[in-house]
Amino acid sequence: MTTDVAVEARNAVKAFGQGETAVRALDDVSIQIRKAEFFTLLGPSGCGKTTLLRLIAGFETPTSGQILLDGKDITNDPPNKRPVNTVFQSYALFPHLSVAQNIAFGLEMLGRPRAEITKTVERMLALVKLEAMAGRKTSQLSGGQQQRVALARALAPQPKVLLLDEPLSALDYKLRKEMQLELKRLQTETGITFIFVTHDQEEALTMSDRIAVMSAGHIQQIGGPREIYTRPVNRFVADFIGETNFLSGEAGEGRVTLASGDVVQVEGAEGRKGKVTVVIRPEQVRLAEAGAAETIPATVESLVYFGTDTHCHLRLKDGTEMVARLQSPASGEAGLQQGQSVGLRFAPGAARVLED
Amino acid sequence: MADRSFSASRLPGFTATAIFVFIALYLPILMLVIGSFNGGESIGAWQGFTLSWFAKAWANDHVKDATIRSLVIASLAAVISTTVATMAAIATTRRRPFRGQTFIYLMINQPLMVPEIVTAVALLIFFASIKVATGYQGLGYLIAAHSAFCVPFAYLPIRARLEGMDLTLETAAADLYASPWLTFRRVTLPLLLPGIIAGMMLAFVTSLDDVVITLFVKSAGQDTLPTYMLAQVRRQISPEIYAISTVLLALTIVLLTLFFILTRKKD
Ligand SMILES: Nc1ncnc2c1ncn2[C@@H]1O[C@H](COP(=O)(O)OP(=O)(O)OP(=O)(O)O)[C@@H](O)[C@H]1O
Ligand SMILES: [Mg+2]
Repeated sequence: MTTDVAVEARNAVKAFGQGETAVRALDDVSIQIRKAEFFTLLGPSGCGKTTLLRLIAGFETPTSGQILLDGKDITNDPPNKRPVNTVFQSYALFPHLSVAQNIAFGLEMLGRPRAEITKTVERMLALVKLEAMAGRKTSQLSGGQQQRVALARALAPQPKVLLLDEPLSALDYKLRKEMQLELKRLQTETGITFIFVTHDQEEALTMSDRIAVMSAGHIQQIGGPREIYTRPVNRFVADFIGETNFLSGEAGEGRVTLASGDVVQVEGAEGRKGKVTVVIRPEQVRLAEAGAAETIPATVESLVYFGTDTHCHLRLKDGTEMVARLQSPASGEAGLQQGQSVGLRFAPGAARVLED
Repeated sequence: MADRSFSASRLPGFTATAIFVFIALYLPILMLVIGSFNGGESIGAWQGFTLSWFAKAWANDHVKDATIRSLVIASLAAVISTTVATMAAIATTRRRPFRGQTFIYLMINQPLMVPEIVTAVALLIFFASIKVATGYQGLGYLIAAHSAFCVPFAYLPIRARLEGMDLTLETAAADLYASPWLTFRRVTLPLLLPGIIAGMMLAFVTSLDDVVITLFVKSAGQDTLPTYMLAQVRRQISPEIYAISTVLLALTIVLLTLFFILTRKKD
């Protein structure tokens, strides 16, 4: 069934330049984005997020492959023929028009009747809480307000899909948090498919229904925030999303022997043989008394206080370094001391084996 | 220790040179302007304030004809050259770089580099053959010639404005369902307008001021203000000419001031 798919990219390739200097910004990307979904493209700078958005918006045509909207091939439609709107990173508000005129622009281009335009603009202004600013020039607005105008302008024509290219990156921390909630609210209220680009993994995890992690023009993994965080499919994803400990070891008989010689039970080790990498999130590392049963011996190298958490840097017998994230004790005193010997174990089901 | 960083104003003779240049530039103009308000005919002696030279010049039918002709030519040439320049500027900035772009850029700006006298002679010969072929003797030749050499003057400020414009604005318009034409009319053109007006004013002033090409191209009885003044000055210098010059100067100053206001970078 494809009826619940809003946007689809099929084997999309985008190469810039020719011959030796050609850059494959997107290399055979296939992806299906569902209707009414908050979908996030996440990846480091230069991985092709913007390029994928531009292909969907129609600002670029793919070198090969197809873009489909509601099952219809739109690969060669110009941007003005696509029911898709964009919130630009730089906002790109028209400086010669007022706030209300900016919001009305798309509707006017679609030839909607005057009365309808006026009504929709009012509704949009209310939606982004800018009723009082309708007549202002956009240059007289703060960054957060401009951001809201850009959003209202893109939402006004009721597109099937809204594309947002790092719309929050120019805002300060507090405003960004506010706008994250606001965006999520707008998406739920309007039921429009949002495709959101960010390189901030925390933003991606808190806002998205699903996330595509990209790197170097490829999609590494697509899944819900929990799945991406707890079950990264490869080392890149595990490393890019949150902090992770990587431990090398040898798999055999359903268990893994770490480089330190300690043997651990790890999910995904069944049926594997040879060199593997075990990943474990710092918050899933538990500390116990030195020598406690089923623990790995380690030494506390240093403690870094982060408020709610304390990061405990550990060293295993063979010199492997690890980090454990512990809840700071209420007294404010460190229960641990530098140089102390401890035993560590992994929370049940938390450690996983990855192929490199 | 005093600030030792380089400053041209501390080179020996800087101040003296600057003063000399300003005097050489502006003293003759100042004398001419004063002369146009002088009661007597001699520029050497002040004989009381008068506006009679202005009145006399305006009463002169030759001056009136030449003025109207100059304004007609300059207005039409400004409009035509600005239209061409706008299209050329958009074509050279709103697309991927193409082979021969530099060549086209040079071609557009050719009137700035080819000696004017060469263009003048070429046009004389070219138009002469057309005159023979068609029998047409009107102002069209002057308007065509002025339109052509004004293009680069109109082109440069328009191109500068286009290059400073945020391209994502046009992308945003297309994203919001504007066809290429509507994108141009509703976004590019309004934002370009200050550049277009500036270009038009520059073209207007350039045309108004032209002597060389006009002299070569004009038919009998087609004097513009500058060629009329040249002809007069050859015979006898009258304060009437000073008065006309002062008016031209005033007009140019007004237009150039507007030009700077329009091309000034805002905030
Ligand atoms: N017009 C272009 N011409 C040549 N190369 C380009 C062009 N646009 C993008 N690229 C290249 O394609 C790759 C992907 O770029 P893209 O803008 O999609 O990255 P991104 O994931 O959006 O990065 P960022 O997080 O920095 O915005 C980069 O290597 C970039 O240099
Ligand atoms: Mg980008």
